[in-house]
Amino acid sequence: MTTTMPLSKAITAGLRKAMEDDDKVVLIGEDIGKLGGVFRVTEGLQKDFGEQRVIDAPLAESGIVGTSIGMAIRGYRPVVEIQFDAFIFPAYDQIVTQVAKLHARTHGHESIPMVIRVPYGGGIGSPEHHSESPEAVFAHHAGLRVISPSTAHDAYWMIQDAIRSDDPVMFFEPKRRYWMRGDVDTAARGADTHAAQVVREGTDLTLVSYGPLMPTALDVVNAKAEEGASVELIDLRSLSPIDFDTIEASVKRTGRLVVAHEAPVFLGLSSEIAARITERCFFHLEAPALRVGGFHTPYPPSKLEEHYLPDLDRILDAVDRSLAF
Amino acid sequence: MTSDLSAGARAKRQAGPHMIQMLTPEGDRVSSGEYDVFAAELDTKDLFGFYRDMVLVRRVDAEGNALQRQGQLGLWAPLLGQEAAQIGLGRALRSQDFVFPTYREHGVAWTRGIDPTELLGMFRGQSHGGWDPQANRFHTYTIVIGSQVLHATGYAMGIQMDGDVGTGDVDRDAIAVACFGDGASSQGDVSEGLTFAGAFNAPVLFYCQNNQWAISEPTSVQTPVPLNQRGRGFGVPGIRVDGNDVLATYAVARASADSIRAGNGPLLIEAYTYRMGAHTTADDPSKYRSDAETEAWAAKDPILRLRRFLEKEGITSDEFASVDAEADQLAARIRKTCVDMTPPSPEAMWENVYSEPHALVDEERETYLAYLDSFADAEANA
Repeated sequence: MTTTMPLSKAITAGLRKAMEDDDKVVLIGEDIGKLGGVFRVTEGLQKDFGEQRVIDAPLAESGIVGTSIGMAIRGYRPVVEIQFDAFIFPAYDQIVTQVAKLHARTHGHESIPMVIRVPYGGGIGSPEHHSESPEAVFAHHAGLRVISPSTAHDAYWMIQDAIRSDDPVMFFEPKRRYWMRGDVDTAARGADTHAAQVVREGTDLTLVSYGPLMPTALDVVNAKAEEGASVELIDLRSLSPIDFDTIEASVKRTGRLVVAHEAPVFLGLSSEIAARITERCFFHLEAPALRVGGFHTPYPPSKLEEHYLPDLDRILDAVDRSLAF
Repeated sequence: MTSDLSAGARAKRQAGPHMIQMLTPEGDRVSSGEYDVFAAELDTKDLFGFYRDMVLVRRVDAEGNALQRQGQLGLWAPLLGQEAAQIGLGRALRSQDFVFPTYREHGVAWTRGIDPTELLGMFRGQSHGGWDPQANRFHTYTIVIGSQVLHATGYAMGIQMDGDVGTGDVDRDAIAVACFGDGASSQGDVSEGLTFAGAFNAPVLFYCQNNQWAISEPTSVQTPVPLNQRGRGFGVPGIRVDGNDVLATYAVARASADSIRAGNGPLLIEAYTYRMGAHTTADDPSKYRSDAETEAWAAKDPILRLRRFLEKEGITSDEFASVDAEADQLAARIRKTCVDMTPPSPEAMWENVYSEPHALVDEERETYLAYLDSFADAEANA
């Protein structure tokens, strides 16, 4: 059955389904109860599942993640909401030293089936700390899975996959696309959560992106098509692990690679992808892999964010530079 | 400048708390009000059992130090001096309770049925822990100071969600125990644990062993206020117990656990004790504390005072000697198990990174093992 809904409501529907399927699933976060979260992603869930399963937490991110570890040890599957991307850092220690490592520390005796939902990225005119993209920081740590949907359909299915996983999953939600509507087929799931997806086939260049930049990347594909160039677009979806095989297969056909994300380019996921694809496809490449992303600056005040965030023209510029090689 | 009045008020508020004690350092039994009823449940045989516990874990500890000095362990964190604080707590708990330890909880581990040889692996570099936390409801050691306090609190919230508190069924009602020390009391995670416990009325016992030293920093560097008062502002009442008096630590832990189990909310115990040894085998306490101080605390030794009491109760020198003989056997077993440990194979590094397959982990393991195999091939061809 297919329904059209905003991406945020697709997450709500996925959370609801997961809570119906497994009564060990509990949600915890700041303002997620009566208010339904500052982005209303958990709207209506406390009313239907009760205060014990949709928990309004004290304003302490480390406490939220740390107590969720304890709940997981007790047999629950906690789904944590971090209110905004950069508010995650008080919890960074618990995530990195405990959540990511308890399975290994206990020789596999203990799993931490926790999901940490993080609205991320810019473009909504917010003050400082509300627009960052820290996904690479977490992808760097073994023990965590990191995923990010870019469509309502993926949001619905990937949040359920994340909750079902026995591994801890960082679920990065493209906040400026929360209101973007899309078809959600609640009967047919589509691609595996950890598989990258070729969303447009092309022959001249491979463009890789994920999360909030995917609609922009689609604009790039369309703009180049009008100019007669054929761009293949890949939605990464999973940021740890990364499906390098799909990217490799594409680049071996196109010979060119551009990777775009909102996060800073320096040591961003695009850097890892460029390095690995260069290793795997060295003799197929017609041009160096190019990266487009944020700068090595603090995320700027919102009056400047249009310069910081990769847009159609900045990605086109990289695509054109690659094609000109 | 502070006025006389406010200075007086401060002094009053920060006055040393009453400390629950049941055995004096000389081994004399003293009355301790409402806690006497819990001590009354114990007969001489039970107390001799506590004595045995303390002697054996002290021997485990001595062996840990020795094995480190002999190069068999990379490090050891001694519990010397904290035997009563740990055995009293451990013996007051029930099997359904869950303990979240620091890395110095060898005595509590003993009471939960963790074989001492299990502790050696992480200090030898064989593993980062490795035992099954659910098997004895005793979690693996946590090295990041204070982190486990939140895990205990969250676990207690889970107990509450399961309805396993306040039912009146003592075999069902459970508590979580958050072990931490005076140094950890400064960590934000400990305050956040108290916050969540207070806000959710979680069945958790905050058990702070104030051993006076956080490596080289005395407790006064952490706080000017007695640590038993730390929970007050969070809605977690606290009490100070003589941490070198196993009868008192048992009675106060029992009373506290019973109250929490009944659904009356979280409590804090400050077990006032002393780290007689070094912080770890890498530490040198002579650089920061005086001989006079360590001698004063040696006079309050937890094992010595119980032995003095038990001698008066009629335990014979043969019975004490039998415990020493058992300790000798245990020490020999620990030594043998330790030196017989073989290093883990390289592929163990990639085991249990994730519960489910992960492409990067698989690729790295295969690549590295193939690299190692290439040496074997070269040797075979040589």
